[in-house]
Amino acid sequence: MIDEEDLRQIARLAKIELNDEEVKEFSPQIRSILALFDEIDEVETEDVEPTFHVFGLKNVFREDAASPSLAGEDAIKNAPKKERGYIEGPKIM
Amino acid sequence: MKNYFKDGIKGFRHFVEDGETEEVTRRLMDKIKENRFNAYITVCEDAIERAREIDKNEGDGRLLGMPIAVKDNLSTRGVETTCASKILRGYVPPYDAAVVERLKEEGAIIVGKTNMDEFAMGTTTETSFFGPTRNPWDEDRVPGGSSGGSAAAVASGECIASLGTDTGGSVRCPASFCGISGIKPTYGLVSRYGLIAYSNSLECVGTMGSSIEDASLLLDVISGKDSRDSTSIDPALYRLPSEKFGKIGVLTQFFDGVEEDVLKHVWNAIHKLEDLGIEYEEIDLPNLRYALSSYYIIAMSEASSNLARYDGVRYGLRGKDLDWDTTFSRIRAEGFGKEVKRRILMGTFSLSAGYYGKYYLKALKVRNLIIKDFERAFRKRKLDAIVSPTMPYKPFKLGEKIEDPISMYLSDIYTVPVNLTGLPSVSIPCGFSEGLPIGIQLIGRAFDEETIINIAKIYEENTDHQKKVSGLL
Repeated sequence: MIDEEDLRQIARLAKIELNDEEVKEFSPQIRSILALFDEIDEVETEDVEPTFHVFGLKNVFREDAASPSLAGEDAIKNAPKKERGYIEGPKIM
Repeated sequence: MKNYFKDGIKGFRHFVEDGETEEVTRRLMDKIKENRFNAYITVCEDAIERAREIDKNEGDGRLLGMPIAVKDNLSTRGVETTCASKILRGYVPPYDAAVVERLKEEGAIIVGKTNMDEFAMGTTTETSFFGPTRNPWDEDRVPGGSSGGSAAAVASGECIASLGTDTGGSVRCPASFCGISGIKPTYGLVSRYGLIAYSNSLECVGTMGSSIEDASLLLDVISGKDSRDSTSIDPALYRLPSEKFGKIGVLTQFFDGVEEDVLKHVWNAIHKLEDLGIEYEEIDLPNLRYALSSYYIIAMSEASSNLARYDGVRYGLRGKDLDWDTTFSRIRAEGFGKEVKRRILMGTFSLSAGYYGKYYLKALKVRNLIIKDFERAFRKRKLDAIVSPTMPYKPFKLGEKIEDPISMYLSDIYTVPVNLTGLPSVSIPCGFSEGLPIGIQLIGRAFDEETIINIAKIYEENTDHQKKVSGLL
């Protein structure tokens, strides 16, 4: 069961600011989604392997060889804030 | 008025060969810009120039001169790509998605980027930041989703064929609601390089056309292993023996919840196939009732992880800078719509400490059981395909279900198992009721697109539902 306080905590983890109105609106919706999630509780899965890739593909490696990549200016072209070829983020400390 | 798209890609080739590409493209662009159904988010301004070049230098390619629309979660170099989200507005990719490269290599003209549910999360195209797309058959109804713009554009003759993406039915649902053909390929057959990720283990790029032939030609063009997508697969390594049984399985589970006229047309289609020499038997898969719950756990968990990248630093919406935590949390509050927020919140919860085993890991195990159910049905019952309605209902009214997420999720009951298992599937039109199209879904064995496409072709050749798509310019 998720109450409004739990929802606020999840939102903090997800880095999404929720206002009171959204908390009120989402709480019952999230409880009914959770009820849908809980349907799998009744399935016996003790000896079942989880599926990470539908055809069992794993450890796909490529040659460790250098190849051309995006030009620096193309790579940062979309950054809303930048200075002298660097991307500018918000203050961390 | 001339019907340029009447005979699909094959028919349109004449206009290209006769050097009319520019003129037709010009008319088409005028029509697209009216955007009557809100099928497009962005128009590709260089389309007419591309058409002029094609008229001048002949050139070749299987899609030479074909006006193709691309869903707005597929990266297009130099053309804004938003995923229908405010958070990505103004983002111009510096590279093309692998599938877009392949279209261009075959001479296609990309005419625009189509509307969709925000980050492909939805069944109606109503969660788009740019407003809903309307169903060309009835403008008060939804076109299906999440690739609603790509489907509406084909159905209204605003392109000849299109690309969509399918995470839980997002190609097949709108194909069904708009009366066209859609293919969701086997997982790994088509490269996801340049597809903006929502749920990596489920999503595939798929194709749409006014006939199964056009959709399968597009699929042929975009298929193939790509080293830039480590989950892509060389189908030659997995190809099944080409044994054909002349029999399909009908998934009669959940038929109680299917609208009566939908069921009637689906049964008619099955009986039509029977007349054409394909037997059927009813089947029932024990773990299928857990498909929706495991699907939504996996999709939302992967979404919460994938969408963690949107913080306004490298691209997209950026607000006033405060401390990092507040800055990011406010950008995400402002930039994401409600459905995206709900899914990120649920995914964050299901992946959080103490819940991983109960939700995500458990859902992956249930996924394995569902895969085994399908494998067993195909093998033991000797089936070429498994058939069901694509959607349990006809297209609903705009606004009818948007406030009730759970009832919306339940409408994906027949489409999500296909993404959980990675199997290929097509949706083709099988009739109309009250002027609205109804679709039937054919699910095939892994990498055996050919069989379901052939069954669809046989059906199409013997019916005329697909001919109702107009395509007047």
